[in-house]
Order: sequence, then C-alpha cells, then structure tokens
Amino acid sequence: MTALTKQLSDLFSFHGGIKVDSHKRHDAAKIQSMPVPERLFLPLTQHIGQPSIAVVNVGDQVFKGQVIADLDEHPVSARIHAPTSGVIESIEDHEVPHPSGLRGPCIVIRSDGMDTWMDHNGAKDPAALNSREILTYIENAGIVGLGGAVFPTAVKLDNHHGIRIDTLIINGAECEPYISCDEALMTERAAEVVLGARLIQRVLNATHCIIALEDDIPQAYTSLQQAVKNYNDEHIAVIQVPELYPSGSEKQLITLLTGKEVPAGKIPANIGISCVNVGTAAAVYRAVHFGEPLLSRIVTAAGDAVSKPGNYEVLIGTPVADFLSHCGLGDQRLERLIMGGPMMGFTLQTMDIPIIKATNSLLATAPMELDRLDAAMPCIRCGRCADSCPMNLLPQQMYWYARARDFEKIEQYHIFDCIECGCCSYVCPSNIALVQYYRFAKSEIRDKQRSKIKSDIARERHELREQRLEKIKAEKAEKRKHMQARKKAPSNKPSDSTDNEDPIRAALKRVQEKKAKQKNQDPADKS
Amino acid sequence: MFLQQTSPHLKQAVNVSDIMRGVNLALLPGIAIMTWLYGWGVLHNLLLCIVFALFFEIIMLKLRQRPVSPYISDYSAVLTAALLALSLPSLAPWWLSLIGAFFAIVVTKHLYGGLGYNVFNPAMVAYAMLLIAFPEQMSALWQQPLSEINSINWDLWQSLSYQWTGVLPPAISLDALTAATPLDAVRTGIASSAASISEMQQQQIFGYFGGHTVEWINLGFLAGGLWLIYKKYISWHIPLAFIASLFLCALILGSAVDPDRYPSPFFHLFSGATMLGAFFIATDPVTSATTNRGKLIFGAGCGVLVYIIRTWGGYPDAVAFAVILMNISVPLLDYYTQPRVYGHKLNSQGKVDD
Repeated sequence: MTALTKQLSDLFSFHGGIKVDSHKRHDAAKIQSMPVPERLFLPLTQHIGQPSIAVVNVGDQVFKGQVIADLDEHPVSARIHAPTSGVIESIEDHEVPHPSGLRGPCIVIRSDGMDTWMDHNGAKDPAALNSREILTYIENAGIVGLGGAVFPTAVKLDNHHGIRIDTLIINGAECEPYISCDEALMTERAAEVVLGARLIQRVLNATHCIIALEDDIPQAYTSLQQAVKNYNDEHIAVIQVPELYPSGSEKQLITLLTGKEVPAGKIPANIGISCVNVGTAAAVYRAVHFGEPLLSRIVTAAGDAVSKPGNYEVLIGTPVADFLSHCGLGDQRLERLIMGGPMMGFTLQTMDIPIIKATNSLLATAPMELDRLDAAMPCIRCGRCADSCPMNLLPQQMYWYARARDFEKIEQYHIFDCIECGCCSYVCPSNIALVQYYRFAKSEIRDKQRSKIKSDIARERHELREQRLEKIKAEKAEKRKHMQARKKAPSNKPSDSTDNEDPIRAALKRVQEKKAKQKNQDPADKS
Repeated sequence: MFLQQTSPHLKQAVNVSDIMRGVNLALLPGIAIMTWLYGWGVLHNLLLCIVFALFFEIIMLKLRQRPVSPYISDYSAVLTAALLALSLPSLAPWWLSLIGAFFAIVVTKHLYGGLGYNVFNPAMVAYAMLLIAFPEQMSALWQQPLSEINSINWDLWQSLSYQWTGVLPPAISLDALTAATPLDAVRTGIASSAASISEMQQQQIFGYFGGHTVEWINLGFLAGGLWLIYKKYISWHIPLAFIASLFLCALILGSAVDPDRYPSPFFHLFSGATMLGAFFIATDPVTSATTNRGKLIFGAGCGVLVYIIRTWGGYPDAVAFAVILMNISVPLLDYYTQPRVYGHKLNSQGKVDD
C-alpha cells in the first residue's frame, strides 16, 4: 500500500443513496468481440456541444479510422471516425438514441467486410510527450467522456481557466445495476486504464490520481492494483468505495473520496478536481500509444430477453438490432428495451437505432423482470425521498410545487441541483414518478428562460432602435437649428435684398391664398 | 413496440399500504394490554370506529369520484379509526364512535383533500371535538381496571348493552365502575391544593413507574413504537424529541422546582396517551414536519405543549391539543428547516464550514 493509498483510504460519505440489488453478472466480465455489422449509423451528435460537420460525400470510399465528421468551429465539439472500411451510403436523418425518440442527421456506412485500416501511428515515445501533444492525440481521436456525459475530453482537460487541478479521479464506480462494462474493462485491461490515467495526469499536471471502484468487484480491484504495481507509480491509488447507488455519480464520488463538494452550478475543476471515466482513460491510452481513434466501446448486454448476456466490444454505429441478435435476443420474451441502466436509462421504441459513444448498456428485459409503474397514490409526505436524496434536496416539496406549476418556488428548492438519479422515485411508497415531475419542471423553466432571453433581446433591440431614432431626430433638429442660425446670421447684417423671405414659406403662402380663393368660389359654383 | 416507461425501472417494494399496515400492527401490544385491563369495551370501540370510518371513507371516495379499492386498501382509514377508538373511554356510548369517525374522515380528512392533503391529524381533531362537545361522556366514563372491580360481574353482554343503551344492570352503579384517570386525579388534586404529591401516593394514582395501570398500556405502545422505528416505518426524530422534551420539562419542575406539586418525569412518560402520542399520533407523516430538523422541533413542541396543558391547562391530558397546535406550525417548520443542499454554502475549498 502506497502512502497515497493509505492517506486516502479513509472515505467520507454523502447524504442518502440507496442499496439496490446490483443484478450484475460478475462472471460475464470477459469482453467478447462482435463481428462488423452490414451497416453502421453514425449520428453527427454523439457528444455534448455542437454537432460535428460531415466531411465525406455519399459514395465515398472510407477506411477504418478515417475522419468522416470534423470539428465545428464552436469550441466544444468532437471528431467522428469511420469504425470500419466501406462506402458512405447516405447522409440522412435517422432515429438516434434519445428519450423522446428523436431523429437526427447520421452518416450511414455500408461495410465492405474488409475492415481495412487507414494509416495510423501512435507516439514513438509516449513518455516524452508534453501536455499539448497528448491533447492533440486525444482531440484527433474524437474521445468523449464514456461515463455517460460524452463531453469532449480534449476540451475538458484543456479548459481550466488557470485553475490548478490537484486530484485526478478515474471513475470506475459503476453503480447502476446490471451494467458491468467498466468492470470488464478494469478486470481485463487494467494496464490500459492505468497507462491512460497516467497520460491524463500528465496533461493536467495533477499531484494525485485516484482510480475508484465499488467494493463488490474484487477481480477488477486486484487487476488494477497489479497494474499500478507493475508501473511502480506512487501517485496512483486504487480505492474501493462502498456499493451504494449513486456512488459513481461524479459529485457523490468526489465527496466520498475527498470530503469536498462541487459548488452548485460549478464543475469539479473549480475545486481542483477532474473526474474521468475508466473507459475514457483506456481510450486515451489507445489514442496516444497506437493512434487509434475512438471506434468502438464496451457495451453490456443484460436482461432475461437475451440468451448470451455479457460484455461486448461493439463498433460505434452498430444498430441495436444487430447487437441484440448477436447476444441471442428472443423477440417473444422482450418486454422493455432500455438504453443505459434501470435507474437512469431510457426505454427505446425501436431497435433500429445505433449504439453511440455514450451507450454503456442495453437492457432487454422479459415481462415481470423489472418493475412496472403502478398507479400513483397521493404523497403522504413520509420523507423517504428526502432521506434517499444524494443531493440532500427535498423531493416531496419539489413534487408539490411541480404539480402546482409554481416554478419560482421550485427553483428556490434548488431543482437544478437534481441529478435525476431516481433514488426518490425508487423509494417512494406512493409510486410517484418524481423524477419525471422534475424533468418536466426543468424543461418548463428552461423554456421560459429561453423565451425570456428572446424577449429581452427583442426589447433591447427595440430600445436601441428608439434611441437611434431619437438620436437621428435630435441630430436633425440640431442641424436645422444650425442652418437657421446660419441663415439668420446674414439677415442681421444690413441686407442687400429686401426680398429675402424663405422661398418655401412664400410658396406655401401662395398655395394657401389660392386655396382660400377657390373655397370662396365653391359655394357660388354649386348654387 | 416495446413497453415505454420513465426511469427508474426498479422500485422498492414498500408501499403506502405496507407502512399503514405496519403501524396498525404495531398498535396490537398496546391494544392487547388495554383490553386485558379494561375489558370488552376497548375492542368494541375499535370495531365500531373502524366500521364507521370505512363507511364514511367509501362514501367520501364515491362522492369525490376516486377509485374505492386502492384507497380503502391503504389502511389509512383503519389507522385513523384505531387511534380514535383508543382515545375513547371504554364505556363510551356507540354514537361517540359514529360522530368521531364522521368528524375524522369526512370533515378533517376528505374535506381538506383526502389522504396526503389534510392539515390536521384526523383522529385528534375528532377527539378534541368530542371532548369539547361531549365533555361528560368523554371524561366521566373511564373505567376502573377490571382487577379492581372484580366484585362486579362485568361481562361482554353487560358492556355491550351499556354502550348501546346506556342502561346498567340494577345491581351495578356507574360510580363503582369508573374512576378518575391518574392524570385527572393529579390535576384536580393539585389544582384544588387539596393534596401534595406525597399525600396522593396513598391513593391509587401512581403505579410502579408511571400512572396506575396506564403505565402498562404505555409500555405496550412503547414496544410497538420501537418496532416501528426498527422496521423504519417511522423515523426516530419525532418520538425522541417528544419524549425527551416532556421528560426535561417534568424533570426541571418535578425535581428542581417543587417535587411535591409536580409529578416525576416517569409519571408523565407513562401516563395518559404519552407513548401512543409520541410514536403513533405525532408521527403521522401527512400532518407532521418532513425535514429532519423540522421533525425534531415538531416533536419537542408536542412534548412541551403536553406538559404545559397537563400542568396548567383545562384538560387532564393534552396529546390531541398539543399535536393539533403543532400541526398548524408545520408549513413554517418545513420552510425554515430546509437542509443544506449539496454544493451550497461551501468555502472556497469546496468544504462545509462548521
């Protein structure tokens, strides 16, 4: 045990959390590969930020690892690469993974079955790279946070506004039930995780690095410890945290390990911490050492509707249907198809949807395997939700105000600190879908803010226009005054002409006189 | 098309019915001891209150166009009825149960919006209403323990017939059957300055550690209450704060100020409805505070009010009034006792300043 491990082994705790049956198949930790599917669907938005911009055309031949969509000008974006060789069949809207079943632009590749790599090279001497060079490898590889947040990793590691990062946390605490892709990675490819962690640590120049995982996966723990020992790195500690949902949530894990809290509305960097998923670390290792872009990820197949559950290395863009049929999906038993875990994942309406960088699991469950939402009873204010909330919120109060559509009040109860982990819904004895109420309230508030911003902009524009008009008017008046003054000035002098009356005024006078004359004549005409 | 449902897809098995059923079950030891001590009247009150309460519950659910079966099977009306029945004297006429159940279920519960929306504890409002409207029936019909009236042959039939007709067998007088409760005896004794505590020791007011015989009933409810905490059906905050504050008040006045005028803390803890109130009535989640700090204040407030009303108020026991008064303050308590949300009020290090 290194000094660092010793120093860190005293864990802290966070409020609430729930003990929930993990349903994990620890025996299924072996990573199996999956054959290249016939077609791959690559959404241009697989990350937080601006969509990537397609740089290939329909009919183009692409090779494995070739960039097919490049960075947007927007600072937050990520590249997308061809996961296999083949032909660009189309670039069109297609179903993408989204809770509301939305469609989005996708590049469709028809595989040629050859899986031919383009030229790619890793760094000759990775240990000699500086921070900037490592970041370039990460950016070129299109790596995003694989823990679910899918924030472009190069941006995340680069952008700290001069705040020093003291501690790097490599998050292997996979607290969602059923999911074991990180466990499989840590067990089988511990060296990749550790070497990736070292690279990221170098980028951040962080003093400490903690690899954290839950205490119910001893195999992964042993592998990681062995890997750290092999590299004899004193600055990396492998720490087990108690199996308690949601200990793998970034904020809760930071509190568990450091006793610190991420200030509301801020990011971990603000308190000198950066948190990166184990899968991301391994991807960084492959990018730097081999020049491999992020083309595949480990996906857990779980649930009673598949006969070969386990962890599979799957190409990004693989349709869910291809993946599940490879895992032995029996259609007649499938009741519910969830992307992600049972606590925070969302149900899919169709299998005609691609696996993307964020997809850690597909849960295909048989009838009765998961709980159905019974009819909700009234809230009896028992407070179990508050006891379970890892953010120490008051869920029953927020529910009350969400129902009443009192959004001002619900904001006072800090609804935007809610991480939607689902603990409150899980414990609610009245079967109230609490999280759904919070999602609703949040989106309503965001909508209002958006329209407020719009109307603010409109008002501002209007005001500016008024000001501008006012200014022009004033300028004109000023000019006129000036002109008059200039004209008057000579009239004050002894005039050389008596007939220096304003010609316009004179003309007007003539017109008026003429009109008066006509008026006087009119009655006579009529009579 | 697959089943569409919002996350989470897992659910803890405990539901409202389980909680209410648990609380009902936890009443059983106390009920058993009460029945052993006072006879059939206790069970008869329970039966009447439950029947009437369910009757009104069904009518109100129908009127409010709510599905009857899920709401009936949540056991909340049964619990309200049980708490009301346990507050009635064992010789209470049948119509007290009827009026009490009406006031609890119809007025206090459903007219305020039904389960989850009522501001006041239904059983306690009904009890308070009965006490004010029918003071004679509510206070003069407290029976003596059967063991002390064994000269009288007080069987099920006689008990039933008295509760339904108000007629006693010619050989039995009401005075022989009833007696002042220990709390009542102490209050009147001290109020009239007729006797000091030590003089009252001679009468049958004090038991081994609490009030005469009622100490056993309180012990029964204490046992049930501890089981509720163990099973996590209720949290410890309200009962502990209730009992601790009542204990402290009684300790300060009873031992420090004047032990001859103020009974000991244990007398207060094991008399009247203390344990029933602390574990079963004040802990009603709908009408009590929801934050943990709020619960502590709520419980402590109940304890202090119970002491004040018992000692200086107009009624011998005070749990109902104390709980109702604290019910009013719940919105205020919940508002001012909000816990610190994660990530708020931190120092620059991201830690909480102590």
